[in-house]
Amino acid sequence: MENVIEIKNLVKSFGEVKAVNDLSFKVKEGELFAFLGVNGAGKSTTISIMCGALEKDGGSVIINGKNVETQINGIVSEIGVVFQNSALDSALSVKDNLTIKASLYGINGKKAEERINELGNLLDFSDLMKRTVGKLSGGQRRRIDVARALLNKPKILILDEPTTGLDPQTRKTLWKVIEDIRKKDKMTVLLTTHYMEEAADADYVIIIDGGKISAEGTPLELKNKYAGDYIRVYGETEEKIKALGEKYEKIKDGFRVSVKDTETARNLIIKYPGTFTDFEVEKGKMDDVFLSVTGKKLTGEN
Amino acid sequence: MKSLFALIKRNTKLFFLDKGMLFSSLITPMILLVLYATFLKDIFYDSFAQSLPEGFTVSKSLIEGMVGGELVSSILAVSCVTVAFCSNLIMVQDKVNGARKDLLITPVKKSVLSLSYYVATLINTLTVCFTAAAACFIYLAIVGWYLSFTDVLLILLDTVLLSMFGTALSSIVNSFLTTQGQMSAVGTIVSAGYGFICGAYMPIHSFGDGLQKALSFLPGTYGTSLMRNHALNGTFNELADVITKSGASETDVTAIMNGIKEGIDCKLSFFGTEVSVPAMAVIVLCSTAVLIGVYVLINALKKKRA
Repeated sequence: MENVIEIKNLVKSFGEVKAVNDLSFKVKEGELFAFLGVNGAGKSTTISIMCGALEKDGGSVIINGKNVETQINGIVSEIGVVFQNSALDSALSVKDNLTIKASLYGINGKKAEERINELGNLLDFSDLMKRTVGKLSGGQRRRIDVARALLNKPKILILDEPTTGLDPQTRKTLWKVIEDIRKKDKMTVLLTTHYMEEAADADYVIIIDGGKISAEGTPLELKNKYAGDYIRVYGETEEKIKALGEKYEKIKDGFRVSVKDTETARNLIIKYPGTFTDFEVEKGKMDDVFLSVTGKKLTGEN
Repeated sequence: MKSLFALIKRNTKLFFLDKGMLFSSLITPMILLVLYATFLKDIFYDSFAQSLPEGFTVSKSLIEGMVGGELVSSILAVSCVTVAFCSNLIMVQDKVNGARKDLLITPVKKSVLSLSYYVATLINTLTVCFTAAAACFIYLAIVGWYLSFTDVLLILLDTVLLSMFGTALSSIVNSFLTTQGQMSAVGTIVSAGYGFICGAYMPIHSFGDGLQKALSFLPGTYGTSLMRNHALNGTFNELADVITKSGASETDVTAIMNGIKEGIDCKLSFFGTEVSVPAMAVIVLCSTAVLIGVYVLINALKKKRA
């Protein structure tokens, strides 16, 4: 697969603060790429540089073969961006918001009408077209934000914390639509999120801290490397669990034993068959990966 | 081109749908109306009556026409600038709420977005000011109508010229604003202060010598005087006729009329040199062209897209 985003040694400072510090990564075509980091880690700064909204201090950013420094006009027509904060005009109707944005991509008249209706059906907001944006709920507004970013059928969709504050149903709807388009049109999605279950579904994840990459890999690779495994053991006494010599914690109906990796779990089970009569082995979660890598917890707060 | 029209439509709609912004843009003309209703009307009236030499009888309708003309010229001259400033705050709002960043992450050029702000602000300002002009003409028709068709056309033309000037000035100032606080501060300062420095609240002639000289460097001063000359042209002609018919010599008539015109800023001078009415129009026009040039330069020098 071809790389659609190539960032090399990207540097950006705000005064004394190095927001992005020698950041390099590549994103393959059609990939769901997750970008994790606490607030202020440098995610939004990187996105702003990629869109040409912010100038970099150093390094190179190539998107779809085009240099962000010299060919930004070619880049912006191929990307769609959903920012953390909605950029919709609250005083205008949903249709006005979409029609105006479509016009900026050269989509006018009947073509614009058709595309807006198509997205209305896809994201289930056809009945809201005449409604003023200011009167929409957070979830409805977010659907319009996503529709707005999809108007130009982008090759790359950049989602900056798109689902923060949304109810599970709306999150599910949004992800279903994005996943469908991604698979159908080979659209690349670059995502920043606070929701670890969203990152866990990504093809590739990078964890950024203090403007630098702290860890990267597929979710499985990251879990194997940083999170370890857990064995849940039910119906046993604490003495027997203690005798395993591993860290453990009490859970409902049993204990959760932390082990370094799956191999350690397997060896333990073979060594103490009497203890493991009712048990399950589970992989660590992305939250554990994040905590282990950065020493910080993602809270989902802005 | 369609992108430009779409953006102009957006900016215009946002202004007229934002009741707060529309209301604040009308604050200055409202202040003027309140001042006029409470005491300015009497001051203007007495000032006109006293400026006439003894022995002349002038109809109440003519003096009220003159007072009305002064008020109308003040309202329109000041509104063209303050409405433009308020309307052009959409430019700043777009920076504050991230809309500018979002609009520029499209193939639309930065220059097109900047032009859309200028054109939309001009349309909004003209819409409000032409409506105000219509109300002013109705008022003059009630208190004393002395305007010719040409005067009306010239007043409307002055409105266009001053609106272009106000829009260009606000475009430059607003280019540097990035926060809600700066927006409010500039809106308040312009609404409250511009009326004074352009001679709309009180004639510049009544200010101290130093201040008069300082204000003579501001193009807005000539804009107000231009509008005032056209708004009062009919009443001046009528008054000159009345004075002539009373038997005064041509020299006396000219002296009396010059005295009145100076007292209400219809005659302005720049360090002793009288500025003619056509020269006033040229000053405003050239200032507008320079300001537009500066606005274009500011936008060209900003490297980043948002």
